[in-house]
Amino acid sequence: MRQAIYLDYAATTPMHPVVLKRFAEALHDTYGNPSSTHQAGREAKKLLEQARTSLARSIGASPNEIILTSGGTEADNLAIFGTANAMHEQGRHIITTEIEHHAVLNPCKQLESQGYEVTYLKPNQTGAISAEQVANALTDETILVSVMYGNNEVGTIQPIVEIGKLLQSHQAIFHTDAVQAYGTAIINVDELQVDLLSVSAHKLNGPNGIGFLYERSGTKLPSQIIGGAQEKKRRAGTENVPATIAFAEAVEIAEQTKEENTSLYQTYQERMQEIFQQHQIAFKPTVPADIPVLPHIFHVSFPGADVETLLMGLDIEGVAVSSGSACTAGSFEPSHVVTAMFGTESDNARNSIRISFGYGLDLSMVEEAAKRIATVIKRLVK
Amino acid sequence: MTTKKAPADTRVVIGMSGGVDSSVAALLLKQQGYEVIGIFMKNWDDTDESGHCTATEDFEDVRSVCDQIGIPYYSVNFEKQYWDKVFTYFLEEYKAGRTPNPDVMCNKEIKFKAFLEHAKSLGADYLATGHYAQVVEREDGVAMLRGVDTNKDQTYFLNQLTQEQLQQVMFPLGHLEKSSVRQLAEAAGLATAKKKDSTGICFIGERNFKEFLGEYLPARPGEMQTMDGKVMGKHDGLMYHTIGQRHGLGIGGAGEPWFAVGKDLKRNVLLVEQGFYHDALFSTSLHATGMNICTTKKLPESFSCTAKFRYRQPDTKVTVQLICDKAIVTFDEPVRAVTPGQAVVLYDGEECLGGGTIDEVFKDGNKLTYVG
Repeated sequence: MRQAIYLDYAATTPMHPVVLKRFAEALHDTYGNPSSTHQAGREAKKLLEQARTSLARSIGASPNEIILTSGGTEADNLAIFGTANAMHEQGRHIITTEIEHHAVLNPCKQLESQGYEVTYLKPNQTGAISAEQVANALTDETILVSVMYGNNEVGTIQPIVEIGKLLQSHQAIFHTDAVQAYGTAIINVDELQVDLLSVSAHKLNGPNGIGFLYERSGTKLPSQIIGGAQEKKRRAGTENVPATIAFAEAVEIAEQTKEENTSLYQTYQERMQEIFQQHQIAFKPTVPADIPVLPHIFHVSFPGADVETLLMGLDIEGVAVSSGSACTAGSFEPSHVVTAMFGTESDNARNSIRISFGYGLDLSMVEEAAKRIATVIKRLVK
Repeated sequence: MTTKKAPADTRVVIGMSGGVDSSVAALLLKQQGYEVIGIFMKNWDDTDESGHCTATEDFEDVRSVCDQIGIPYYSVNFEKQYWDKVFTYFLEEYKAGRTPNPDVMCNKEIKFKAFLEHAKSLGADYLATGHYAQVVEREDGVAMLRGVDTNKDQTYFLNQLTQEQLQQVMFPLGHLEKSSVRQLAEAAGLATAKKKDSTGICFIGERNFKEFLGEYLPARPGEMQTMDGKVMGKHDGLMYHTIGQRHGLGIGGAGEPWFAVGKDLKRNVLLVEQGFYHDALFSTSLHATGMNICTTKKLPESFSCTAKFRYRQPDTKVTVQLICDKAIVTFDEPVRAVTPGQAVVLYDGEECLGGGTIDEVFKDGNKLTYVG
């Protein structure tokens, strides 16, 4: 088995060495509980709040609008269940999309079982939904619209600004899951006019187990984890100070490199396609080139290939990629995203993979990976 | 696929079930220096109401063992192929009053066809399994020999493998006794070292066979009669009975126990007689279909060898006449309970020559129409 080239940064990312150093220092030095009134507690509180300020700045928010969570899933859960709790007297209708992450879809399904009505908007074949679809689905009962910023599988960026504009004159709270986008897209909550926004550290070279929910001042959001008074009573539990410090460090690095990375990843993707062409293998990018996508995601189908075999073959040849389709203990579940885009009859869910770029790659590694992919495809597709 | 390469350059995909045999087979290949890839095959979904599924637990064992050995592991799904090629055949055979052998069919259609193709598409040079059988090289190809552990020998189930398939497979356990396999597993501390061997047909598992079959095929109760037509009681369905078995007849009374000796499909009558050695249970020749000859030896139209008519039965001396893919197999001595649907497998000493499906059974030249 060959040393793998990691092209699965959308799944998770390695920690940046600078972040890792900062994390280790914080784990060692910052052991106080921020709720304590002694020196160690005050020191922890200070660093925690500095990190929070830095996180807030990255999205154009103020520090008190940041609720630290254990990650993206918890942030999504808090946004959805919290809004449902807070707004149930104003209505029981929620609008979301078929292509959300399960951290959004499954809470919505649970609310359905509790009597809420959920409209799941269907994307077009480029993976996008339109503000018009949201407008058509809105009712006086709508209390929450949750549309992801950029899809985690195919990368398509959703019209958040237009939806935000549309919802200005409506009671509905607007949530966007920006977990996949935060590391590569430039995000400003006022430009987007979102009320709630979820992110996670491990997607941008930060540690696992830390994320936040941005909550616009004035939004009501009852805590979903009950206990102490941390996070201004919006999320109980002792704050994970070292992880938050490391998270802020990772975000600062991401902020400095976003623009540069966008063009770099564009080069990677183009180069891969050139190599596929040189090797004369059949391929088709899932999202057409003129549609805005997250720069680090390159979703591509290989007609005639079978995704299970393809992923195994690639792993054996040393290329780590993934597909939204899950195969555990031999049971195949096609990707809900690709299925929503192309229908259950389409081959796309059975022959496509997600390649994603990030920190630690260089052009020669990407070229080598493209060659290995071409080798495997040639063997598979006869 | 058969060019000789150094083990380090030879990629071997091993089918792993989560049992001790395939675990040790993987371990041995790894120790021999091959590039080993473990793959778990899911052929059947037995998820129950509480979401419990045997395959999930078995895959967990595959994962543990592969991590211990230090090889990558994956899973593949052949449920559809298994249903179409093995289970459908299984039901059809029971409907026809025969006693099918799904393991033979699974090896033929799934493990050494669909799965072999899958292994090749991953660039494998060989497919390995934990079967107790041996493949040895001959000048003009390979020969399949019985496993050294005569009690575990599984060549019976592998009789449909062609010479071409055999050249692409490895059976790392063929030269070992089952007890040594367990010892190797324990010595290596493999997670499956003490796991109980699976019994019965894979998709039925430990469940009640009668209940299982009843879920898929309508059972038609009917009469049990002696061959003279004396009514001895009722049966729940012909499909629940196999020739030569005494189990489940429920005929009491004096004298020797009663045995199923035949099925009259038209009248839905189960024929029964008294005594393990009742004359009606014995036959002297059979017609086989679907004959596969896996040996490279040039077999004449008619030849003598030994044969097995069911798994773990001692060999019987026979004379075989091959006619295309059919065969007439004549036994030197009468044999008890030769059952249509089961495999007839031919041996020359230790070498398995091939085999086929028992289609019709004869006694002194008369077709035993009731044995089916």
